[in-house]
Amino acid sequence: MSSGVAVSLPRGVLPPRLSLFGISKRYGAMLANDAVALNVAPGEIHALLGENGAGKSTLMKIVYGVIAPDAGEIAWEGETVQVADPNAARALGIGMVFQHFSLFETLTVAENIALGLGSRQGLAALTAEIRRTAAQYGLAVEPGRHVHHLSVGERQRVEILRCLLQRPKLLIMDEPTSVLMPQEADGLFVMLRRLAAEGCSVLYISHKLEEIRALCTAATVLRAGRVVARCDPRVETAESLAEMMMGGALARTHRPPAHAAGAPCLVVNRLTLPAGEPFGTTLRGIALELRAGEILGIAGVAGNGQKELLAALAGERRSAPGAVLLEGRPVGALGPAARRARGLAFIPEERLGRGAVAEYSLAENALLTRVDGVTAPRGLLDMRAVNALAARLIARFGVRCSGIAAQGRSLSGGNMQKFIVGREIDAGPRVLLAAHPTWGVDIGAALAIRQDLMDLAAAGAGVLVVSEDLDELLEIADRIAVLSGGRLSPPMPVAEATVERIGLLMGGAERMVHAPAA
Amino acid sequence: MRLRLEARPAPSRAMLWLSPLLAALLAAVGGGVVFALLGHDPLVALGTLFLAPLSTLDGLTELGLKATPLLLCAIGIAVGVRANVWNIGAEGQLTMGAIAGGGIALAFGGEGRWWVLPLMLLAGAAGGAAWAAMPALLKTRFNAHEILTTLMLSYVAIQLLGWLVHGPWIDPEGFNFPQTRMFDDDALLPVLVEGSRLNAGFLLALLAVPLAWLLLSRTVTGFRLRTVGQAPEAARYAGFSATGAVWFSLVLSGALAGLAGVLEAAGPVGQLQPVMSPGYGFAAIIVAFMGRLHPFGILGASFLMALLYLGGEQLQVSLQLPIAVIGTIQGMLLFFLLGADVFIDQRLVVVRDARHA
Repeated sequence: MSSGVAVSLPRGVLPPRLSLFGISKRYGAMLANDAVALNVAPGEIHALLGENGAGKSTLMKIVYGVIAPDAGEIAWEGETVQVADPNAARALGIGMVFQHFSLFETLTVAENIALGLGSRQGLAALTAEIRRTAAQYGLAVEPGRHVHHLSVGERQRVEILRCLLQRPKLLIMDEPTSVLMPQEADGLFVMLRRLAAEGCSVLYISHKLEEIRALCTAATVLRAGRVVARCDPRVETAESLAEMMMGGALARTHRPPAHAAGAPCLVVNRLTLPAGEPFGTTLRGIALELRAGEILGIAGVAGNGQKELLAALAGERRSAPGAVLLEGRPVGALGPAARRARGLAFIPEERLGRGAVAEYSLAENALLTRVDGVTAPRGLLDMRAVNALAARLIARFGVRCSGIAAQGRSLSGGNMQKFIVGREIDAGPRVLLAAHPTWGVDIGAALAIRQDLMDLAAAGAGVLVVSEDLDELLEIADRIAVLSGGRLSPPMPVAEATVERIGLLMGGAERMVHAPAA
Repeated sequence: MRLRLEARPAPSRAMLWLSPLLAALLAAVGGGVVFALLGHDPLVALGTLFLAPLSTLDGLTELGLKATPLLLCAIGIAVGVRANVWNIGAEGQLTMGAIAGGGIALAFGGEGRWWVLPLMLLAGAAGGAAWAAMPALLKTRFNAHEILTTLMLSYVAIQLLGWLVHGPWIDPEGFNFPQTRMFDDDALLPVLVEGSRLNAGFLLALLAVPLAWLLLSRTVTGFRLRTVGQAPEAARYAGFSATGAVWFSLVLSGALAGLAGVLEAAGPVGQLQPVMSPGYGFAAIIVAFMGRLHPFGILGASFLMALLYLGGEQLQVSLQLPIAVIGTIQGMLLFFLLGADVFIDQRLVVVRDARHA
C-alpha cells in the first residue's frame, strides 16, 4: 500500500476492497490502459468515468478476469491476487452486470440463475432464495416467468439477482441505466445504496453525469487509457465532470432562433403493422404528423416498437400506400430507395453493418445511400465524384479518420456516426429519420451530431428523432411523443414535457392520461 | 510455451495474395509425396506435371485452351460469391450451354451460314442462364439453398446430355458410338494459332476478365451485389434488392458457364459427347477462390489449374499414372488454400506462460 493514491478511506482502518496498481494493457499500437491506479473502499459507490474508448471496459474486464493485463497488480482487501478468469473473480466476491445481458430467452428466471450459479441446490430451494433476496433489495422479479416475457428492466434485475445471490463484496455495473425507464433507474439507485450500506462496494460505469453526481461518492476519470482525475462527484457539476473527461472546455449546442413550424412533411395515418419477427412489437394505430422545420422526438424504452416504426417509415417494411405520406404523397408501398429519391433520409441505429459497412472504405460507404448523385451514364460509377463526396463529408462534418480510403471499421463509433449523419444530412433531405443518433457516442461527437440535427431542422427539413436518452430529446426536440407497447402517444410541446410525465407515458399510461373525460 | 492463433487487427493484404502461392507450393510438395509413394521419382514427375507443358508452343496453346472454360466459369462463380450466392453447379450450366449451342449447330449448321456460330454462342449462354435461373427461382420463391439446387441440377444436366447423345441426337453414321455427328465448319470456332486447337473462345474468356472487374468495381450494379453479399442489413437499409442480387448473379454465372460449354463444343470437341468437360465447372470453384474472387487473380489461377489438367494428361501418357492423381492434387490445392487462408485474419503467436514469470 505504498502508492500515493489520494483517495480517502472512509473506514480508515480497513484496506481498500480493491486496489489496482499500474495496470497497463496494449492492443497493437493502442494503449488501452496506461498505468492505471484505482482504489475502491468497502461500501463505496465508485464511478468510473470516461468517454468511449477511454479504457473503462478494458479495465473492468481485467478486474473481472476476462482479459489479463500486460503489467500491474491487483490487490483484493490488501492481498495481491491473480484474477485468472471470471470464476476466480466470482470466488473472490466480484460480480459484474454487463451492458448486454446473457440470458436464455426460453428458460425461466430461476433456471437462468441456476445455470449461472452452477449450484447444486434444487430449483425449489433456489426459487425460495431468489424470492428472499429479491424482497430484501426491493427487486420485483418473478422466478417462474420465462425470460422472453420480461422487459429490459426486468432482465437487468435478473442479472443483478444472479450476482447478488453470490453475496458479492464488489459489484461492477456497466452503464446500467442506459436501458431503463426513469422510474426503474430510481429503483436501481435505491437498491445500490442499500447494497452499499451493507458494505458491498460498487464500481459504476456510466455516461450520465447527473446520475453519477446523485449516486456515487467517489469517481475516477479516465482519458485515453490514463487516470486524469479523481474527485468527489457530489461536489462537482455535470459540466466540470464532462470537462475532466474531455480534457477541455465543453462546447454547447445552440438552438437556432425559434421559427414557426411549416407544413406537414411526413404524415402517418392509423398505421397498424404486425410484428415482423418473434418477440417483435406490433404497431397499433400509429398516427403522427411531422412538420417542416421541427424536431419531433419519439421517447420510449427500446423494444416498444421503435425498430418497427422506423422500418415502416424508412420503407424497409411496406404498408398500405396511404398509411405513410411524404410531402403529401403516399409512399407506404414504396421501398427505401424510392422514398430516398423523394427526399427521405434515415440514420439507422446500428452503425457498422447497417448504416455503414465495416469492410468498405469511406468512399464506398458514402456511396451506400448516395448512388444517384455519382453515377455516370450506363450505370458506371464516377469514381472522382464518389471520392469528392467522401472527402466533402469528412471535411464538412469533422470526421476524424486517415482519409477516404479508411475502412469503416477503423473509425471510432463517434466518428463513424458523424460520417453517417453527415452523409444523410448532405443529401439535403426534406425529412430525416434518426434512430438513437448519439447512442454510445462520446460527448464531443454527440454535441456535434445534435447541432447538425438542429441546423437541418432550422433550414426547413422535418426531423424525427427516436431516442432513449430523454435529456437529449428535451434538449433538441420541439415536440415529444412517447412510444409504448406499439402505441404512440399524442405529442406534447417540449415546454410541457417533464421527466415524470414522459416516464408515466413510457409505462404505458397514455390511455389514463389522455383518455377522454370519463 | 505453446502456439496460439490470435486475431489480426486488420486482415493481412500480403497474406491474402501469398496464401494461394503457398497453397500451390504445398500442393506441389504433397503431390511429390504421392508420386514417391506410387514409386516414381518425385522430381521427374513434378517436372512432367508443371514444366513439360510450358516448354513447347503446342503446350502453351493447349494451356490457353484449357484455361478458357475455367476462366469463364470461375468469374461467374466469383461474382456470385461476392454477392453471397454460391453457384457450385457451373458444371451443369456448362453442359446445358453445350447442349443448347450444339442443338443449334446440328439444326442449322451448313455451308456459308455466317450466323450459325454467333447464334450458337447466344444459345449456349442462354442455356446456361436458364439452367441457373431455376435455382434462382427456387431460392427467391421457396428459400431453397442454391448450394444444393445448383449441384443437384448439374447431375440432371449431365444425364440429359447422356440421353441426347445416346438417343435422339446420335450420329446415324457413327457406328452407334454415343455422340452426335461432327459440326459443320460454320459451326466451329476459328483457330488462333495455325496447327493448334487454341481458338477465338480464348479471346472471349480474356475479354470477360476486365469486364467482370468493371462490373464489380466500377458499376452501381456491382456495388449493390457486393453490399448484399458483404452486409445484408446495410443493403436492406440502402434499398438494394437481395432478390435482384440472387437473380443477377446466378443468371450471369450461368450464362458464362453456358458460354464455356458451347465454346468446348464448337472448339476442341467439335461435336457433343456424353462428357463435355473433365470437371471444369467444379475445378473453377477452386480457381475462383485461388484467384481471391478477383477477376485478375482468377486469370492467374485459371492458368495454374489448366497446367494441372495438362500436366496430368502428360503424366498419364509418359508415366502411366491414373487420372485420379490430378483430382488428388486439386483437392490438396483447395485444402492447403483453406488452411493458409486462416492466416489472413489471424496470426500465430508464441505464448510463454507468463503467469509465474
